[in-house]
Amino acid sequence: MKNLTSPRRVFLAALAAAALVGCKPSENSAPAAGGGGDTSGDIIVGEFASLTGTEAAFGQSSHKGTQLAFEQVNAAGGALGRKFKHLVEDTQSKAGESATIARKFVSRDKVVAVLGEVASGRSLEAAPVCQQFGVPMISPSSTNPKVTEIGDFIFRVCFIDPFQGKLISEFATKTLKAKKVAILSDVSSAYSVGLAQYFRESFVASGGQIVIEQKYSNKDKDFKAQLTAIKAAGVDGILVPGYYNEVGLIVKQARELGVMVPMFGGDGWEAQELIQIAGGEALQNTYYSTHFSPANKAPEAQSFVDAFKARFNGETPDAMAALGYDSARALVEAIKKAGTTEGKKLKEELAAIDFVGATGRTKLDAKRDAAKPAVIITTEGGKFKFLQSIEP
Amino acid sequence: MAELLQQLINGLSLGAIYALIALGYTMVYGVLRFINFAHSDVFMVGAFVGWYAVNQWRIPSGTILSGLLVLGLAMGVCALLGVTIEKLAYKPLRNRSTLTVLITAIGVSLLLQNAGQKVFGANPKAYPALFPTSQFHFAGVMVSSNQLVVLVVTILLLGGLHFVVHHTKIGTAMRAVSFNATAASLVGIHIDGVISFTFALGSALAGAGGVLYAINYPSIDPFMGTMPGLKAFVAAVLGGIGNLPGAALGGLLIGLVETFVSGTRASTFRDAIAFAILILILLLRPAGLLGKLRVEKV
Repeated sequence: MKNLTSPRRVFLAALAAAALVGCKPSENSAPAAGGGGDTSGDIIVGEFASLTGTEAAFGQSSHKGTQLAFEQVNAAGGALGRKFKHLVEDTQSKAGESATIARKFVSRDKVVAVLGEVASGRSLEAAPVCQQFGVPMISPSSTNPKVTEIGDFIFRVCFIDPFQGKLISEFATKTLKAKKVAILSDVSSAYSVGLAQYFRESFVASGGQIVIEQKYSNKDKDFKAQLTAIKAAGVDGILVPGYYNEVGLIVKQARELGVMVPMFGGDGWEAQELIQIAGGEALQNTYYSTHFSPANKAPEAQSFVDAFKARFNGETPDAMAALGYDSARALVEAIKKAGTTEGKKLKEELAAIDFVGATGRTKLDAKRDAAKPAVIITTEGGKFKFLQSIEP
Repeated sequence: MAELLQQLINGLSLGAIYALIALGYTMVYGVLRFINFAHSDVFMVGAFVGWYAVNQWRIPSGTILSGLLVLGLAMGVCALLGVTIEKLAYKPLRNRSTLTVLITAIGVSLLLQNAGQKVFGANPKAYPALFPTSQFHFAGVMVSSNQLVVLVVTILLLGGLHFVVHHTKIGTAMRAVSFNATAASLVGIHIDGVISFTFALGSALAGAGGVLYAINYPSIDPFMGTMPGLKAFVAAVLGGIGNLPGAALGGLLIGLVETFVSGTRASTFRDAIAFAILILILLLRPAGLLGKLRVEKV
């Protein structure tokens, strides 16, 4: 089989290859809706979450929190004398799905509000649809500031990346004593690009230096080239503002290359998969900031942790679960206060919301973002460990 | 200098895996004249066989022997899968136009990916460490044992393949079928057997590639084959499709180019550059680096 080539065939095959890049299969299996009663007077709420795909751990966690909240509320009689019907759709961790799902919720299911997503990029896709049709949307844990800038119907129950970037920067300068830092960010994620930017502003303002910036894309597997360049630049810390799948591979490959400096990131790190992929040893000397720690002693946090463990076979909830829970709680509170499920009224009550949930007091500012304390988590012996709490 | 050497090692270990996959493309092309797009999904299945071997079938991991056992198992399963695909999907189309078979191959690829989603689940899985791992350090360059495993296994498999193709009877038969199938059958070569053997061999290499890829990048999912498969296809065309040393050379080149581009500021253009190279090669040297042009018979 030597040297048998015809240019025409090769070109044809190349065309077919190009076509193949563009046509990934799409699988459309909507999971069954959870919770809710069966009378026609139910309050219908739509949740979109990344239940499968690369950020499945986030979607699953967040969804469990939301599900628990609606189950509790329904068990206590619901709101306005009606029960909640909680619809769920899977975004498959893909770009392009969220807007379609939001449209379906609004036009076909006639939901009173939309909950979701964890990833900022996907919340940014759905938000314009909700804004256009005047249906309130609450993101549990999208931290990019642009999400609520879409309009006055878009809310969130978590802190935003300017705060998170600043606190990671302070942690890097004060606790880790880092002066020369590298950034390895995911260009395909609005969250990653945003967090890198806010970290950079804060870090440079406090006298630090960003020596080198490297980029990667979602679903990349090989980061050794970027990490080798970072190693050659000589840094005393690396910021990796990405999601756990890639972060796990990055940390592992960094340690394989002999890069032993501290590595740190944001709430995108928080998933058990991080430990499974990178391994406990490689994760030594790594830190991330997030919204919630199950070690939190506040009574609301503890009662949430207990209820979650009882509902999901002893599983310990993480920050995404707690925020998923709080997003549903915020909606229920607002509906009770508004006395109606009408969009405009609901929007006003959501803007004025003030309650204590699993992640602490949720009170929104004029930009419909929540100011909340953050926690820093590290890894010890293959387990996440609470390190410190930082007030807003 | 240390950085350059390190990037060279990184690029070689990535390129070695591309080379393994590219060989499968090129072998099938050599014999049947079509691009087997399902090849990249056989690669994915190989990785999952390794995952199941350790996590479900309880083959202990972490020693060289068990690592090789898992590798052999993945190669065996993939060889069977390759032969089955050929018998069910491609053989009935043997006398149809190449385009028909090509489109069938894309169909088989989609089938494997979506069946993979059903069977394996759509979420990425963490891959176990099959071989004992350690780091070697010399002259400022870090080499992980996994990278060495990839290089050594690739070199051994390439050597084995060269031996089979050039120094055995079945290899001679493969070359004869590749040269002229009708003439080969006239002198008594069992064409179907040769084609099955080619698929088995190519798919086994893809299975090995899948396991090696997964131990280096330990997060696997049913779509993991798409990008490496396309890169390997580019590698095969770059080296001259149908040409075995060309596929190996192309794989190494693509691995090196990707790594060196990723290490600079242009890192986000990595894939674009890999595909731009394909277009350039097709324009300037349509037969690839080591390929020879042949007049199409009418």
